[in-house]
Amino acid sequence: MLMNDFVVRFAGEGGQGVVTSAEGLAQASTQVGYHALTYATFPSQILGGPTWTQARICTEPILSSGDQVDVLVAFNEEAYETHAEEVREGGVIIYNADDFTMTDPRSFGLAVDSLARSTGNNRAANMVVIGALAQLVHMPQDYLEDFVEARFRRGRDNDDEIISSNIEAMRLGRQNAAESGFVLGDLAPPNPPDYQQLMLKGNEAIALGATHAGVQFYAGYPISPATTILLWMERNLVGEDKFAYQVSSEIEAITAILGAGYAGKKAMTATAGPGISLMSEGLGLAWMAEIPLVVVDVQRGGPATGLPTTTEQSDLMGCLFPAHGDVRMPIIAPGSVEECFYGAVQAVNWAERYQGPVILMSEMSMAERVQNIPRPDLSKVAVEERLTYEGGNGYHRYSGHELSPMPLPGGPGSYVANGSEHDEMGDTTHLPSRHIQMTERRFSKLRLLEENHYESDNTQAKIALMPWGGSKGPVREAYDALREEGVDIGWYYTMFLHPIPPKLRDELRAKELVIVPELNYQGQWANILRFHRVASTPITQYTGLPFKVSELVTRVKEIMAEHMEEARA
Amino acid sequence: MSKKNPEYDFKWCPGCGDFGVRRALEFAMINRLEETGLPIENNVVVAGIGCSGNLVHLLEGEQPYGIHGIHGRTLPVAMGVKMARPELNVIVVAGDGDFLSIGGEHIAPQAARNVNVTAVIMDNGVYGLTKGQSSPTTEMGAVTSSTPFGKVEEDLDPLELYLTLGVSFIASGFSGQPRVLARLINEGMNHDGMSMIHVQSPCVTYNDTFQLIKGNAKEGIAPALWDIPDDHDPSSKQAAYDLVQQGGLPVGVIYKDESRASLEGNMGSIRAKARERSIDQLMDAYAF
Repeated sequence: MLMNDFVVRFAGEGGQGVVTSAEGLAQASTQVGYHALTYATFPSQILGGPTWTQARICTEPILSSGDQVDVLVAFNEEAYETHAEEVREGGVIIYNADDFTMTDPRSFGLAVDSLARSTGNNRAANMVVIGALAQLVHMPQDYLEDFVEARFRRGRDNDDEIISSNIEAMRLGRQNAAESGFVLGDLAPPNPPDYQQLMLKGNEAIALGATHAGVQFYAGYPISPATTILLWMERNLVGEDKFAYQVSSEIEAITAILGAGYAGKKAMTATAGPGISLMSEGLGLAWMAEIPLVVVDVQRGGPATGLPTTTEQSDLMGCLFPAHGDVRMPIIAPGSVEECFYGAVQAVNWAERYQGPVILMSEMSMAERVQNIPRPDLSKVAVEERLTYEGGNGYHRYSGHELSPMPLPGGPGSYVANGSEHDEMGDTTHLPSRHIQMTERRFSKLRLLEENHYESDNTQAKIALMPWGGSKGPVREAYDALREEGVDIGWYYTMFLHPIPPKLRDELRAKELVIVPELNYQGQWANILRFHRVASTPITQYTGLPFKVSELVTRVKEIMAEHMEEARA
Repeated sequence: MSKKNPEYDFKWCPGCGDFGVRRALEFAMINRLEETGLPIENNVVVAGIGCSGNLVHLLEGEQPYGIHGIHGRTLPVAMGVKMARPELNVIVVAGDGDFLSIGGEHIAPQAARNVNVTAVIMDNGVYGLTKGQSSPTTEMGAVTSSTPFGKVEEDLDPLELYLTLGVSFIASGFSGQPRVLARLINEGMNHDGMSMIHVQSPCVTYNDTFQLIKGNAKEGIAPALWDIPDDHDPSSKQAAYDLVQQGGLPVGVIYKDESRASLEGNMGSIRAKARERSIDQLMDAYAF
């Protein structure tokens, strides 16, 4: 049987090679031209703890982590018990025979660690696993050897030794799998893309995008799942005129980047929900005093400490309205690793363009996912600069109802950036006429952020699907499946949630029903769409996990049937 | 700006200590202009919330840049300005409530970083703008609007706190001596690291300590104010501790550690260990 799609779940204890096996398989596959995506969970503890990662390998670009698990690699018994029921009919379970034994007829044992030890390289256990998996789908051995060569050839004295032991480990895994007699089919040969690619995680894409957009100042505080952006910046945002620093709290992070934004730098921080809560007052100040800055919210589950290492889309209301008083933050919510790059560039552009705070909303599932994406052509990714004041002293920085040039400290045009309501020079005032002018001025600037492009498909349908953020992938897969079955449903998507592209809003208003699958209890985006007078209804899920395509297909059909019935009645 | 701007509707009470601190800061900025040739716009005044923070709107003459932000966060805002643009001179102005209570959590980390900003703290031992509540420096036992039966917290000694937290330049002054205070502020600005100029700036409405500070011979009140003697060694932390434990209001430089590099200096040193890469090179790390 020819397979176009191969999904493997790796489960075990933190430190057993769960993540390295999954990422290794993904990298080996992309090396030869497959598309790959991983979905990772990780325990919120330093050592051990149950963890699992899923890798999906396809001949075509991938939208979701896949709900049909072909193979489960169980590193311990608990992993087997937790995940065995996710394996599809006809699927295979590989269990770590060094750790436990069992008699499930779908399974065979692989002595992962002792096979690795027999090659003289204790660290090659993941290669034993990858070799066995390759055998199950008849992936040619030379694919894997090329990958090992590319990964371990680093100019060290013992490169040859490391490479040969890893290849031997793969061979042993392959041999054991062959002896087991299990076969899933033949993975179709890859369709190597004819463009350059990158293989990276969502957080890395955000960091690269922000760097391309010209961010020169970064302050952050460690918090899952945003920490890797801080670490990336500390390592890479170096050199003259650049600054990246771990400060003492999210309150320090937001206020430090505010000072930097005021001083003329493109400035950014990244955090998760608890950090957004602490940054609330600082975001209000940036809005009030008109200071450009970008806050990345890598969402995780639940309020308070919640579920720090699971995925959810429940910060939307909190990010739109983080602060007291009349505020509404610009929001960009990327829906894939690739969009994490472009979304970050645009978030920085927006902040400079309208002189205020912008929130880039990502999610744990994208932050930790490894995916191959087309390498961005930077010559085509525009970077914007702020409108700066170039006149003399005596400037009225806040005059009028529109954006005005921003002075650079050190040069002429001194003013006070004031968090109290202020007059044109930035001095505190309580005059009703000033509060009217300044409030209208702050909101009017949002019009500068209205974009024209968005995704749409089958636009004449009366009912449409509109996901947001990281649910885009699975919802698109569900949409494609529905269309294949002949269901008449439309598709709309944008990463620009606020302001929403006006043409898109008008199109959505004309629909009988807009179905919004989202990972929260309240249906937050569906609610916002109702603000926009769109007849929307949510499909919610709050498990801490991404949507499954098959479940989405069923639920969309149910909602459509109910709607038809209501329409008839 | 008040004279030029009829819309600005905030006033200090007549006789407020903050007038003298404003004058001192104006002197200090002019002195700095004369010393360095850099324009007044090279100064950025980061103001806290409270009576004292309004100083940024009340400065007369050539205007510096200013940020009048949110309660308690002057230090991290100032760090952001300074590390973004190290060529700017960054000054914090805040009161005891803003700086020592809600903002207290920022003193230790900024002192450890030795961020090169000058903080002028106007201590009046009370929350004035909200009408007379107790602050960290209000005396224990004092009856205020928020401590109707007397304050039950030990009062904080800010000078001892700064010493303990490792601030590298600490001076103490009085709002009634603007020229003396200006010299201390200038010395702080010239110090390469975090400098604290802690000023007794009495609130004439809720906590009038002018007489206690200056003394009143007729009523037999000895002045709390005393000049730090010339033989005090500000490079000795022990001498500094001994000095602040004498109580009263010492005027002068209490502590000065010139051996430590500022945050800018330390960042410059570690920069040599890092490899700066172009965006294309950074992307290459993910290419395959």
